[in-house]
Amino acid sequence: MTNANLPQRLSAGLCTLLLVFFAAFASATATVENYGYPIQDRFVATVVGTPEGYEAELPKDIPMKKRWLNVFPERHLPDLIWYGQEMIYSEALQDRPAPLIFLIAGTGAAYNGGKNTNMARAFYKAGFHVVSLSSPTFPNFVTSASTTGVVGHAQRDAEDLYRVMEMIWKRLEDKIEVTSFNLTGYSLGAFNSAYVSHLDEQRKSFNFRKVLLINPPVSLYNSISLLDRMTQNIPGGEDNFNQFFNKLVQAFSKIYKEEDDIGGDFLYQAYKAMNLQDEELAALIGVSFRMSSSSLVFTSDVMTDFGYVKPRGLALDRYADLTVYNQVMRRLGFTDYYHDFFYPFYKADYPDMSRDEFISAISLTGIADYLRSSEKITVMHNENDIILEPGEIDFFNEVFGERATIYPYGGHCGNINYKDNVAHMVATFTEGAQ
Amino acid sequence: MNQLILRGSLLVLALSLGACASAPEQLPEADARADALAQPADYPEPVFAASRIVPADSIDVTSVYDPWEGMNKRIYNFNYHFDQWVFLPVVRGWRAVVPEPARVGVHNFFENFRDVRTMANSILQASPSKLMQSTGRVLVNSTIGLFGLIDVATSMGMPKPDEDFGQTLGHWGVGTGPYLVLPLLGPSNVRDGVGLYPDFMLQNYVQNDLLAQPVRATAFLFDSIDTRSNTSFRYYETGSAFEYQTVRWLYTTKRELDVEK
Repeated sequence: MTNANLPQRLSAGLCTLLLVFFAAFASATATVENYGYPIQDRFVATVVGTPEGYEAELPKDIPMKKRWLNVFPERHLPDLIWYGQEMIYSEALQDRPAPLIFLIAGTGAAYNGGKNTNMARAFYKAGFHVVSLSSPTFPNFVTSASTTGVVGHAQRDAEDLYRVMEMIWKRLEDKIEVTSFNLTGYSLGAFNSAYVSHLDEQRKSFNFRKVLLINPPVSLYNSISLLDRMTQNIPGGEDNFNQFFNKLVQAFSKIYKEEDDIGGDFLYQAYKAMNLQDEELAALIGVSFRMSSSSLVFTSDVMTDFGYVKPRGLALDRYADLTVYNQVMRRLGFTDYYHDFFYPFYKADYPDMSRDEFISAISLTGIADYLRSSEKITVMHNENDIILEPGEIDFFNEVFGERATIYPYGGHCGNINYKDNVAHMVATFTEGAQ
Repeated sequence: MNQLILRGSLLVLALSLGACASAPEQLPEADARADALAQPADYPEPVFAASRIVPADSIDVTSVYDPWEGMNKRIYNFNYHFDQWVFLPVVRGWRAVVPEPARVGVHNFFENFRDVRTMANSILQASPSKLMQSTGRVLVNSTIGLFGLIDVATSMGMPKPDEDFGQTLGHWGVGTGPYLVLPLLGPSNVRDGVGLYPDFMLQNYVQNDLLAQPVRATAFLFDSIDTRSNTSFRYYETGSAFEYQTVRWLYTTKRELDVEK
């Protein structure tokens, strides 16, 4: 590698670093022996991912096509977000009959984010038609495919996802031959997958053959609270964000300037060179989560004219100066959104539910019976995932039993590109298939 | 001039970053903005008003001096439409008609001229090591690499410094001036925008010397198509309402690092 690739590496690195969400710690017994993923620290794994040499070997070029879908043709978007009318997704199709798999991205992530792209490669290589979807928390999904424009609601998000999946299948059914429908997602996308599968039991458009949940949260609110609190790890508190951030940028720039040949392992090298402590990594994860949630929440605010940070009735045009809204949004956590926007917004639809009941309903425990009895659903998780409260990992052993595979480490999705995990992922869907 | 079209990977970063860092000096803006953000009286107070949330003395580390923001956003918008109606359809045609190995050859061919540009700017920056590296690349690629069509130098592990006149100006202490979105080319600033001209003239001069007339006439066109084809950035596709300022900050930070590099 030469330094011509460095900007890409720098940004791809930062990107991975920053597209990371969710946090906490856990306890349980390892069910996987001789696990070879090399990073045992949960924060490092979450941020750094899978180092070079440990990744699955996947084809770089697959026939991935970007597609646009006008879900609500009647929708009229505010001028500020005029570009968000059509939902963007991608498909990579086999030229023979094959099983189809839908991929749902994690919090704030696009259909073509790094993790989704890798998974698409793995499944395409294994002979699947692959359809990649953004998370309902990705701004483009909010503007184009969310019925209400206010996301994070387990059932509503599942219905929105189900609608676009049906529309996409309608487009494809004359073009390709499908032998079975399958579903997977990581992080929040895994949480969404569980609810989409639940919905499919009633609607039966797909009758999913297999569903794999990769590193899902148990309680969305718990995971989000953990992530929000991570910004408290900024040395000196949130008011010292600037110093912290400048330190990070300086560290990155030092590596950027000095390293000419750093191979495909920029993040790992950067991590080692920067010598960050766990607290700082946690802060970084918290900041990254804050950045993606602020885009999302502001988009919802503009969509609904709710009056959260933008005054109600104020019409911003596409050229408006948004500096101040950006500044305000960056001071607000996702929990603020749940209490002061999400809850009041949906309160009218669920008048009998208290705030606490409302929040605890957004959890996999709400469909635990379904998950317990549904043989088609399997889980792949990590014992030291940072998005789970202490003890929450036990939920998966209790509910899924042998259908849960808990890796001893990997943090939050840090091992998702590790060769054993990719093989596990693919085998989940190929075993027993015709 | 093409390097100014923002690199796609930066955009991916933009997506997740939302915004951050690199405090420029020009910040009396911040106060004025804080005042301006106090709500106009005829709108209802939002749940979280800036006056209650943002500390009065807070400095926005992601702010960039951008006095022409209104104009810049209009050009940004224009670039999107130009992409949709002209640039991207042409790129799609290019990718459909020209087979991959030929496209790579064209790309390498123009990259070789980029190395010539780096040679010239390395001299101007008095940097012998970059001059050696870029000269070595040009010599190898122009000969063994068949006039630049094959990037032998990279296969041999030769480093590829990337210097342009904007960086040369920055190297000698010239400030960036206001942020600027250039028609067709995208994010830039006054310094880098001015720097395009000598770089462009140099490339023209070298190409005029080396290329036959019919090739010369179309070189600029193919260079542009090749560059767009290799840039995955798509305007507005992050979906974030904050995309403009995020891209602005990323561009500015990256150029700051490039000058220091």
